[in-house]
Amino acid sequence: MAVSKIKTPISEQAPEERVRNFKEVCLGYAIDEGRAEAARCLQCKDAPCVPGCPVGIDIPGFILAVREGDMPKAVEVMAKYTNLPAVCGRVCPQETQCEGVCRLGRGKDFEPVAIGKLERLVADWNYAQDKAQRIDIPKEKIGRVAVVGAGPAGLTVAGDLVKLGYDVVMYEALHAPGGVLMYGIPEFRLPKSIVEKEIAGITNLGVAFEPNAVIGRTISMKEIMEEFDACFLGVGAGAPHFQGIPGTALNGVYSASEYLTRINLMHAYEFPKYDTPTKKSKEVVVIGGGNVAMDAARSAKRLGAENVTIAYRRSLAELPARIEEYHHAVEEGINFNWLTNPTEYVNDGTGKLKGVTCIKMELGEPDASGRRRPVPVEGSEFFIGADTVIEAIGQGANKVLLSTFPELKLNKRGYIDADPKTGATSVHGVYAGGDIVTGAATVILAMGAGKDSAVAIDEYVRSKKK
Amino acid sequence: MFKILSSARIAPKEYDFCVEAPRIAARARPGQFVVLRPDEFGERIPLTIADFDRDAGKIRLIFQVVGKTTARMASLKTGDSILDISGPLGTPSDIEDLGTVMMVGGGVGIAALYPIIRGLKEAGNRVITILGGRTADLVIMKDECARYSDELIITTDDGSIGTKGLVTDAMKSVVERGDKIDRCWAIGPTVMMKFCALAAGELCLPIWVSMNPLMLDGTGMCGCCRLSVDGEIKFGCVDGPEFDGSKVNWDEFMNRMKQYKEEEKISMDKYASEVGDLSWL
Repeated sequence: MAVSKIKTPISEQAPEERVRNFKEVCLGYAIDEGRAEAARCLQCKDAPCVPGCPVGIDIPGFILAVREGDMPKAVEVMAKYTNLPAVCGRVCPQETQCEGVCRLGRGKDFEPVAIGKLERLVADWNYAQDKAQRIDIPKEKIGRVAVVGAGPAGLTVAGDLVKLGYDVVMYEALHAPGGVLMYGIPEFRLPKSIVEKEIAGITNLGVAFEPNAVIGRTISMKEIMEEFDACFLGVGAGAPHFQGIPGTALNGVYSASEYLTRINLMHAYEFPKYDTPTKKSKEVVVIGGGNVAMDAARSAKRLGAENVTIAYRRSLAELPARIEEYHHAVEEGINFNWLTNPTEYVNDGTGKLKGVTCIKMELGEPDASGRRRPVPVEGSEFFIGADTVIEAIGQGANKVLLSTFPELKLNKRGYIDADPKTGATSVHGVYAGGDIVTGAATVILAMGAGKDSAVAIDEYVRSKKK
Repeated sequence: MFKILSSARIAPKEYDFCVEAPRIAARARPGQFVVLRPDEFGERIPLTIADFDRDAGKIRLIFQVVGKTTARMASLKTGDSILDISGPLGTPSDIEDLGTVMMVGGGVGIAALYPIIRGLKEAGNRVITILGGRTADLVIMKDECARYSDELIITTDDGSIGTKGLVTDAMKSVVERGDKIDRCWAIGPTVMMKFCALAAGELCLPIWVSMNPLMLDGTGMCGCCRLSVDGEIKFGCVDGPEFDGSKVNWDEFMNRMKQYKEEEKISMDKYASEVGDLSWL
């Protein structure tokens, strides 16, 4: 049978329906659909998708098991490499990683294997079973490790180290674990029940979880280093940037971090059942072009906004968001104003926002990032009426922990200076990974860093105990 | 879960809780606050740490009922629990021997001022404390503040206790009688702090104020608590809560505090319809 050129279609909620709810957009493959898609995999020797994955999952291995209908085997293969398969299957940028290098996708007019969708199928199947897979944890403990921050990097380190035989305590500043998976990525892209199951899979292995623990404030780094053999810092990037243009203090101007935290972590979309409110906006402008901008715009639409416009200072070709998220946003009626930058948030006279003055941009010479630098076009100002503006222009390093731990060497950008292969920092026994090292990046890169650090921490503690 | 060891109504709509929180008590310093969430459906609100007992592992939270969350908190009794408390947060007060300090407190802000008064007294300062309120009942923690003050002046709008007048009048009279003040602190309702900052400006005194913006995480992650200080964006939760009062953009701050007035009313009305009578508050 000839291999299908295109991916096996996957069902999604229709756009006109899903803009009225926060339920997941993608409905996932049924087992039969998954088996059909798995049959498209060429089962390459020396498969390029494996090194294309930041955590090196044996992709042909689990896909073969799916093709054969052996789901428990697929779960077993995947569990060797990742603690968060249901999350990664949903939010990884597969198009620039595993699927981007898939040999099938190199063929003329061929799409790569839908690796991400198959990953989520396997993970979701596993969670739907009565009993989750059993993992034997060594009884003899090698040492004690503190994990600071329960986001993707920290969860990975915690899961890997507990499996190797460590006592692990995972500290989290917020009231719930998950980091960006809980406060940042919306329900319609990553259901919180899935995140909770995935995290329970890790804590059930014996990881102790301590919420409401702001390291540097609630507990000092000195105490952490005295009590534990090693420590991993995965505290995330944290502090949101603001453009700092006139009107930033007006009511109706949000950082995407605030807007999304209200909605996701605090359930503002279920106000007043939940106590945290957000504004019922009519006209929304989102500044930025990353996944966070797409998430904010699509959330605003679901909260009932009539017009949602994304203003991005470059063009579609440079858009940093995943293409799938861009397409979803377009389907949901989000407007895009390319080559547009805000210059002022305008006061309605009562301290509330009434609109955004923007300026058209054009692309000049490439900047330090290699992308063409946007330059304002003189005299091209125009006005967009809006009662809400959401700035999704990135974050800087959060200083709460860093300022109380001056021994830790930082890089020029204010993030932790850590070895890219091991996460080792300037302080012995302290490792770091994820956004607090790289600046805002992806869930899977943070997980990859966590995986490497877990190996390095294991080696460090063993050599120390010798 | 954080157990409430004692709860008391100390003034109309003002409550005094002692809560078991050993980790927070161990590290709390004057000027810091916590962010708490009463239950699974609750919002996260910041409350100042009014006192802490490191040995007993307890913190004291004094709050005024201003909306649903604080009303719900007020209904909690000794033995009940608060689901989440995170802290101590914020940059602690700058406690050192400055000479003579003037400490101005109003309303529930007195609770935030008290540990700073104590810290400054213990650091060797001469402490002149001015507490104000609408009426005698609302001037809380008089005895505690008196214990660590060289002089305690009370002002009320109606003259029911102390001098009839405003805290700013008392600030001026202290300076006019010839006391040399090295630094002031003012903590209370935003309007009071604004006018204390203006008065301090006229009297050429440096003044610190403690801002209480809306917050979510309280760790610098969301920017909800931002305010303009000397024309720059600052985060109340990590850069503050204390700022140089002469540099705060007060009108902008007061505008931001109004952001969720309508939603706060919806929430409060819903709560009132669920629990009925709230006249006991």
